[in-house]
Amino acid sequence: MTCSSRGIVAEEQRCSRGVSVGIKGISIALGGRTVLENFDVEILAGEFVAIVGRSGCGKSTLLRSVVGLETAQAGAIALGEVSSNTNAKPDIRVMFQDSRLLPWRRILPNVMLGLEPTLIPQARKVLAQVGLAERANDWPANLSGGQRQRVALARALVHDPNLLLLDEPLGSLDALTRIEMQQLIEDVWRSRGFTAMLVTHDVAEAISLADRVILIEGGRVALDEVVNLPRPRTRGSARFAALEERILGRVLQRRPVVEDHW
Amino acid sequence: MYTHQSSSMKTKHRPRTVVGQALPWVLPISLLIAWQWASSAGILPSRFLPAPRAVLRSFLELSASGELWSHVRVSALRALSGFVVGGGFGLLLGLLTGSLRWAETLLDTTIQMVRNIPPLALIPLVILWFGIDESAKLFLVALGVFFPVYINTFHGIRSVDRGLLEMGRTYGLSGWPLYREIILPGALPSILVGVRFSLGLMWVILIVAETISARSGIGYMTMNAREFMQTDVMVVGILLYAILGKLADLLAKGLERYWLRWNPAYHTAR
Repeated sequence: MTCSSRGIVAEEQRCSRGVSVGIKGISIALGGRTVLENFDVEILAGEFVAIVGRSGCGKSTLLRSVVGLETAQAGAIALGEVSSNTNAKPDIRVMFQDSRLLPWRRILPNVMLGLEPTLIPQARKVLAQVGLAERANDWPANLSGGQRQRVALARALVHDPNLLLLDEPLGSLDALTRIEMQQLIEDVWRSRGFTAMLVTHDVAEAISLADRVILIEGGRVALDEVVNLPRPRTRGSARFAALEERILGRVLQRRPVVEDHW
Repeated sequence: MYTHQSSSMKTKHRPRTVVGQALPWVLPISLLIAWQWASSAGILPSRFLPAPRAVLRSFLELSASGELWSHVRVSALRALSGFVVGGGFGLLLGLLTGSLRWAETLLDTTIQMVRNIPPLALIPLVILWFGIDESAKLFLVALGVFFPVYINTFHGIRSVDRGLLEMGRTYGLSGWPLYREIILPGALPSILVGVRFSLGLMWVILIVAETISARSGIGYMTMNAREFMQTDVMVVGILLYAILGKLADLLAKGLERYWLRWNPAYHTAR
């Protein structure tokens, strides 16, 4: 396994769990419309990649195809080997825009979904890590949107994933909760070293979290920008603002011929 | 009427005051008083409707002799066994057609056709087949109860949140674990609507079946009383149906409260 020399954070730590993702020439059509065409992207082990683009550009489809929720008509997606155990299948977890907690399970059983009961202490630990240890016996309906997303994050983390896919997980949260959640996601990513793919329409969010920002336009990579800013990143800094300006400018530059509504 | 309705309609706050608690009983009690008064004053001849006191007396007599309870037991047994058989089949077939496309293609058209036959329309044929035996009543109740449970189970399975199914699959759930964790609990609110509807229908069908052809049961007791113009016994029988129907509904409500306690619409206490 090769570790990237990109990014600023200590590499040896980050490479401990992540797997690389190689997407080669995939084409996906949904409902007769080509969403991605001959799409290539290479993601290094332990890297945090943000994918931005206009609505309907295929960024979510790309993410969903990595975990097999969409099938590509052509091309291949290859996941790298897990460093600790070469026989193990890489563990991929997804965080969706809505938390998708089971409303009929209390919080702890939700975190335990698909786990052996012997792993309860593990689940409690992760729940404490996202700051919701005392809500273990609550129903999801009694939690706020931000808390539910924390539980969804805990549910993904308890599996100690090699690859975490984030499909606009903070899209429906208020601005303050969103900043808190970004912090939390960055912290767990730095401490655990999984590979992360974040789909977002928020360029600032992409820059504050990712090592690399990829812009998808017309089913292809339109921009692939390395974010060379020290972590933790401050939005106020001049370099941050300049980068945001540049990427945002690029996103807005080409107006789509036909506006898609999703 | 058959399908699961939005549960948000059920979120209303019960008044906790004494007046609030007494309020639902004001109307029935005043009706009762008016009824007793009309009977005592001779406006309401006991040939048409006996006085409440006469009804109460005959209720006490019938229950003291044990006759009442044997009829109640027979009727309740018929109702419940018919419900278990019909509801059980409805649940199983609903789960089958809801979960497997080929089963739906194979069975659903037939079931929808049969559904449009009112079970009570089969009474002449049923008497011919089973006589006025226990099996006739069981058959009619089971048939009537089958469809609401079937349709709501099918509907419940089909309307399970796609997002949750997708999430479950990304967590490696498939087969029975997926069914147990996501599909069944997701379909449960709808299934319980079917159960509640069935419990009401169960008594309706049993009443008719018992009044037409029976040698025991509440319906028989009521019809027998008609022969001797015992209006008080007839009213006792009718009221018994009301009470038993209410009990069945309370049971269904209790199940809803327990099984759907995760749903804010059914919250009683956290």
